[in-house]
Amino acid sequence: MVDPAPIVVENLTMAFGSFVLQRDLTFTVARGDIFIIMGGSGCGKSTLLRHLIGLKSPAAGKVYYSGESLWDSPIEQQRQILQGTGVLFQRGALWSSMTLSENIALPLREYTDLSAAEIRDIAALKLALVGLAGFEDYYPSEISGGMQKRAGLARAMALDPEILFFDEPSAGLDPISSRLLDDLILELRDSLGATIVVVTHELASIFAIGNNSVFLDAESKTMIASGNPKLLLAETKNPTVKQFLTRGASAALAT
Amino acid sequence: MNVAAERAGNAATVACDQDQDALRVRLGGDWTLRQNLPGAEAVSATIAAATAARRLTFDTSALGRWDSGLLTFLLGVHEAAQQKQISIDATGLPEGVQRLLRLATAVPERGGGRRQTQRAPFLARVGSGWLALSAATSETVTFLGEATLSLLRLLTGRAQLRGGDLLLLVQQAGAQALPIVALISILVGLILAFVGSVQLQMFGAEIYVANLVAIGMTREMGAMMAAIIMAGRTGASYAAQLGTMQVNEEIDALKTLGVDPIDFLVLPRMVALILMMPLLCVYANLLGISGGFLVGVGMLDITPQQYWNQTIAWVRINDFLLGITKSIIFGIIIAVSGCLRGIQCGRSAAAVGEAATSAVVTAIVWIVVADGLFAVLTNILGI
Repeated sequence: MVDPAPIVVENLTMAFGSFVLQRDLTFTVARGDIFIIMGGSGCGKSTLLRHLIGLKSPAAGKVYYSGESLWDSPIEQQRQILQGTGVLFQRGALWSSMTLSENIALPLREYTDLSAAEIRDIAALKLALVGLAGFEDYYPSEISGGMQKRAGLARAMALDPEILFFDEPSAGLDPISSRLLDDLILELRDSLGATIVVVTHELASIFAIGNNSVFLDAESKTMIASGNPKLLLAETKNPTVKQFLTRGASAALAT
Repeated sequence: MNVAAERAGNAATVACDQDQDALRVRLGGDWTLRQNLPGAEAVSATIAAATAARRLTFDTSALGRWDSGLLTFLLGVHEAAQQKQISIDATGLPEGVQRLLRLATAVPERGGGRRQTQRAPFLARVGSGWLALSAATSETVTFLGEATLSLLRLLTGRAQLRGGDLLLLVQQAGAQALPIVALISILVGLILAFVGSVQLQMFGAEIYVANLVAIGMTREMGAMMAAIIMAGRTGASYAAQLGTMQVNEEIDALKTLGVDPIDFLVLPRMVALILMMPLLCVYANLLGISGGFLVGVGMLDITPQQYWNQTIAWVRINDFLLGITKSIIFGIIIAVSGCLRGIQCGRSAAAVGEAATSAVVTAIVWIVVADGLFAVLTNILGI
């Protein structure tokens, strides 16, 4: 028997009240994918992420995690499904009243029976993995934005999740930090075997790390392309996708 | 046909005349925002009235300096010309103006993008107001339910408090509030004694100032003043803390990790206030009574011994217990309204401010309402 894919989205419709943001989204994220959710600003990329990580319920459609429907499960089971995921929020979203070490320790204390010393060691390890060794006792406000983001990643990895979500990982980072974060994402996929979903509109990252994608279009309110971004760039006939993937160069050529 | 808005000196001027099928707009003077610029209405009116015109040209030989003031004027003219389907020949304008104008008109205005400030009919407003109210009520009731469940989980040992967090909150809501509570309570005691003494002196019954102050503080003012201070101090700070966490997605981060924000954030705050409010209430009572003591002994010729005896003789333990019970209820009200407004907070800096304001207002309103209920109940029960 084949393992069901980590995430399957079926006919998902996202709406705020009667305002439909996107409809009929259907895609599958395979194990080991680095899956890109892309599209112009305001098309609903981040909202789609909020649907996947259990923060906003869909107006219609299903989200399956390894065959289990997230939004039809009772709250306890939802919690269990989501324990297998980690999220890096756009601005890190570290708990500002706690040190970095305590930030990473919180999920571990919640879900494991490890001793305080063991938890501290794991927190130090996770921080070291993202290049922040020695920053255990700093508060989030005492470190730079890029460091906050990496610390957020360390927290997302606290429970060794099988699926990692990234919301605009390169937003607000300089090109080099952004590149380093991309390398880190690739490294995590290869070494931990994690499945990764990234919301971004940063072309350089899309081509550097993505091997599968969906393209959300604000105009037609649905997905208008999917697949490997590099192949999409070469093969797509859709002018909107083409324009996005070439930074508008194809439109400039056409006129 | 001639519209002119002439002004002295370097003032901006505009004139519009028609030559067969061409309208010519002549611009002169300095067209800068700091000047008193003529509006586009006059020219627009001319354009609207011009029947045979097909083209619009510009003559800017007398134009001095210009900035966005000229551009907004030209956009107005542009719009009027488009409505009459008069083509615009911009070649007469300075090069920079032409390019900016092209830029401003390159992207057509998005249909429906502009906000409509339409006034809904009366019934619709009543309806949507009612819907908003019922939605807000159900949200509040849900929150109250969740907070109660969380408290029950704590009492049955299924929820845990993180010791460090709780101690910090207890310190903030307890020890750090002592100075301000002391100041206000002493003053309230003094005021009660002054007001009372004026009236009681008329009967030669100054000694009853001690009763007035002691019973007034223990039954009402001790708990009430402590609660109002804490609503402004701690309730607002809870709303701002949780609101900022909402803005920073910190609460979302808790949820995705499967940590219940109610257990994690609201519960310790409720517990801290439930523990600290009775202590603050007792403290306020004592200081209020000593405020009254200062007035009684210092100004009314009552000896310290007399004042003390009078107080001890007339304050019953029930008065104390009533004040303490009230203060626990007030503590819950402050914690719940502070946390509720914080959790409901929108995702902007302004929303955090509103949350803090609304937390204080909600708390004070409900404190007074609860106090009123207590007054009725104790009257009926004869406590």
